[in-house]
Amino acid sequence: MLLFCLSVEMGSTNSTLSKIPNVEELMQETGFTPAHIVRLYDRFEALDKEKTGHLRPQDFGAINRLAMNPIGDRIIGAFFSPGQETVDFHSFVRILAHFRPADKNRPKDPSMPEPVNNRTSKLKFAFQLYDQDKDGKISRAELLQVLRSMLEMQVTEEQLESIADRTIQEADLDKDDAISFEEFRKSLEKVNIDHKMSIRFLR
Amino acid sequence: MSVRVALQSPTGSRSFLERGLLLLVILIFLEGTVLTLGAASSPDISARDNAGGLHDHQGIEGSYDRTNYTYTKKAFPVLSLDYHHIQVPFEISLWVLLASLMKLGFHLIPRLSSIVPESCLLIVVGLLVGGLIKLAGEEVPPVLDSKLFFLCLLPPIILDAGYFLPIRPFMENIGTILMFAVVGTLWNAFFVGGLLYAVCQIEGTNLSHVELLPCLLFGSIISAVDPVAVLAVFEEIHINELLHILVFGESLLNDAVTVVLYHLFEEYSGAGEVTPMDVVLGVICFLIVSLGGIAVGAIYGILAAFTSRFTSHTRVIEPLFVFVYSYMAYLSAEMFHLSGIMALIACGAVMRPYVEANVSHKSHTTIKYFLKMWSSVSETLIFIFLGVATVAGPHAWNWTFVSVTVILCLVSRVIGVVGLTFIINKFRIVKLTTKDQFIVAYGGLRGAIAFSLGYLLDKDHFPMRTMFLTAIITEIFFTVFVQGMTIKPLVDLLAVKKKQEAKRSINEEIHTQFLDHLLTGIEDICGHYGHHHWKDKLNRFNKKYIKKCLIAGERYKEPQLIAFYHKMEFKQAIELVESGGGVKLPSAMPSQVSMQNIQPKKLPPPVAERALPQFTKGREEEIRKILRSNLQKTRQRLRSYNRHTLVADPFEDGWNDFILKKQRMIELEKKMTEMSNYLTVPAAPPDSPTMCRARLASGSDFKAEKGGAKVIPDPNAFYNIKASSDGIPTIQVDLASPKSPDSVNMLDEFSKWGATGQGLGQREGADRDEDQGLMMKPSSAGKGEKGEEEGGNKNPGLMRCLSDPGPSNEDEEDEPFLP
Repeated sequence: MLLFCLSVEMGSTNSTLSKIPNVEELMQETGFTPAHIVRLYDRFEALDKEKTGHLRPQDFGAINRLAMNPIGDRIIGAFFSPGQETVDFHSFVRILAHFRPADKNRPKDPSMPEPVNNRTSKLKFAFQLYDQDKDGKISRAELLQVLRSMLEMQVTEEQLESIADRTIQEADLDKDDAISFEEFRKSLEKVNIDHKMSIRFLR
Repeated sequence: MSVRVALQSPTGSRSFLERGLLLLVILIFLEGTVLTLGAASSPDISARDNAGGLHDHQGIEGSYDRTNYTYTKKAFPVLSLDYHHIQVPFEISLWVLLASLMKLGFHLIPRLSSIVPESCLLIVVGLLVGGLIKLAGEEVPPVLDSKLFFLCLLPPIILDAGYFLPIRPFMENIGTILMFAVVGTLWNAFFVGGLLYAVCQIEGTNLSHVELLPCLLFGSIISAVDPVAVLAVFEEIHINELLHILVFGESLLNDAVTVVLYHLFEEYSGAGEVTPMDVVLGVICFLIVSLGGIAVGAIYGILAAFTSRFTSHTRVIEPLFVFVYSYMAYLSAEMFHLSGIMALIACGAVMRPYVEANVSHKSHTTIKYFLKMWSSVSETLIFIFLGVATVAGPHAWNWTFVSVTVILCLVSRVIGVVGLTFIINKFRIVKLTTKDQFIVAYGGLRGAIAFSLGYLLDKDHFPMRTMFLTAIITEIFFTVFVQGMTIKPLVDLLAVKKKQEAKRSINEEIHTQFLDHLLTGIEDICGHYGHHHWKDKLNRFNKKYIKKCLIAGERYKEPQLIAFYHKMEFKQAIELVESGGGVKLPSAMPSQVSMQNIQPKKLPPPVAERALPQFTKGREEEIRKILRSNLQKTRQRLRSYNRHTLVADPFEDGWNDFILKKQRMIELEKKMTEMSNYLTVPAAPPDSPTMCRARLASGSDFKAEKGGAKVIPDPNAFYNIKASSDGIPTIQVDLASPKSPDSVNMLDEFSKWGATGQGLGQREGADRDEDQGLMMKPSSAGKGEKGEEEGGNKNPGLMRCLSDPGPSNEDEEDEPFLP
């Protein structure tokens, strides 16, 4: 009986997997196991109400809790590559692969590109959420925007400006009044990013 | 004998060292003699009392030498000795005094305290005192009486631990901690108990009278890791936060398991067997004990938070509420045989955010100080009493039993930790390495709780009680002495990660919050109800409903980020004043920010500044001069780290931090002279003592520059989030000496800064600065363009700072304190 259940399970996994194009390549690139891919695919299909095989911003917007999130729209925006209107399953999974817990024991293979879930990539992802105009720096205005959305109208403009000034002053080492990726990384060197930016079930 | 040995120590600075040792020994001797006297006089008194009870006492001062009832007139007793009258409080005070003097003494001898942990020294002192008493032929008083221990000595330590528990790492590792606490303790108890029984059954040892259940009971007593011992030892080794919270959290949470096992086995030792039904009941009992304890604690915590909401007019008794409610939580839990320790932890942890938001700065400082003081004294007393109790006996030494106990405890701990970590690592994101496992295993110290539980055993039911007690004491000694002394070198040897002395920067704070939001969003997208999801939900619930009820005034709306930012700015402002007078700050400084909410919230421990700016040669010389003069005075103070120095608050930074900040301030000053937006005031000469030590006399004020040179928006102006104030009353800042060798004193002064609640601003004259330090009086006129933002008179936050004059209003503000 147990074997039967298991085989049914495996069977359904396999059948789901076969529905996804290039699934081998996806697993290789992101490091997800088949079980994870299936789970994410189920979620993708649940979000994709009209079964077009692509997600649009409205589909993300339908998630209620995301609407309450101060940076919800930024997160949604991160899924869409510039110029693209929709997200297919591959991009979906690729973005989510950033949040896999890092594999400490993987041998360092110089021929392979940097894994997408190591510390630098995670930080880069977060950095891009700050840096909306993609110029490689977090300018004061961008920082102010983030602060404004996080603090949700509970503070005055002057306070926001002071905080932004202080933040930049603290992090900015080359005095260009903006935070580059290196400075961003340095200011977070004491934070355990692997822990902070990992979701457990994406193991 | 010991005196002679002590006097021959061949270290440098001999006279000082010798004096210290001599002082110690004399003190021990004195205390011993007085306590002997006390012990000696009590039997006499009791005898006399019986006789005297038959007669009328005609007044307290009458002499007790009444042999006949017919009253013959004596000379009026001008001076008489009546020890009995004050005996009990006197002895208690003597013990406390002994404990405190011992603590003083140890820190006078720096080398000793770096080799031997304090707990060991205190046990030795206890042994000495007990030995002295015994030598004098008197009976050693049963000082580690279980009632005294559980009701008086233990609660302060646990409350201190619970109130200052770092919630975030605790909650992040709660799964691991619970595994170690519950499963680990159960494993230890059964392993030790079972194998001990097996050993007892072996022929040859004359231990076959020891049944299984008493063995299991013994196992459950001895297997619990003791929070007092762990705290005492771990504080001195500065291990990284994760390991510290793991071992410490385990020692706190295993109380529930110990309580249940203890009662279970104690109950059924008489009956001689435990049925499966009893086991099931035991499990249910465990759930009730732990959850019930937490619930009781949480209820009292909420009550305390609620009460603190209304204390704005009676600030002086605010600390009392914290203590009384916590103690009542403990007693209530103990009344139902629930876990008192968990109740205390829950009470402290629950009430802290709300109480801190409500109470004044002075009350906050008071709470902190009293908690640290009581827990420190309690800890010292416990160890001394352990020593005394060891001497008191009675002992029944049995080589087999004792040695097997010690070995089994070690073995079971190691196996338990390794096995559990193997399972736990499957679920953890950040795995525990072998080094971590070793420290966790090695740090499982036993302490006075085990002894007291053993002491509580009934002599009739447990004829082997004395043997148990002997074994418990041996195990405690072994762990505290051997493991306690060697853990520090081992930590260094294994290069275990130490505590990061890093202050959280505002960057970290912002980015961490950002990441929290990000992860919550990603979890929502994945449809996964993970860690962040629940945390976010809890925060929202907290913000929406709970804070409204429990926090007074408008403060509940304040976001954490703002509070953190304020605190940083405030701290910087204080240090700026300390470092050199009216140096102008760049526009990023607190000028435009509302300073009303300067309550210290829970923050990670502070650290030295990371980035050091570059200086010109001239500046460097200046800085060196300052440093030299300051550092000399700080050398004495920086000797030994102790958790009982209150460096865990940004207001109360260590001196190192201050100096580095000072450097930074000077650099900023340089920067500012380049920006000519505002007046710069020449700094006071760097080591002007008056600058630093003058207390503020009332009267002098400085107004913000009105119009005139282009000013940054008035730094004196108070900006409310919702309402703002007009005509804020004068605030005075105490600039008492930060250079005193007494760290406590300095910290106290720093916190007085907190009471003023004001950022820095412009000043008019350097001379005034020198004498009077910082005195800020926001003028209604000079508000410039920000004037319209200020409305009503009632600035609630400021009122909170100012409405607490403390016990006496006068002596703080008026008298200049000049050397």
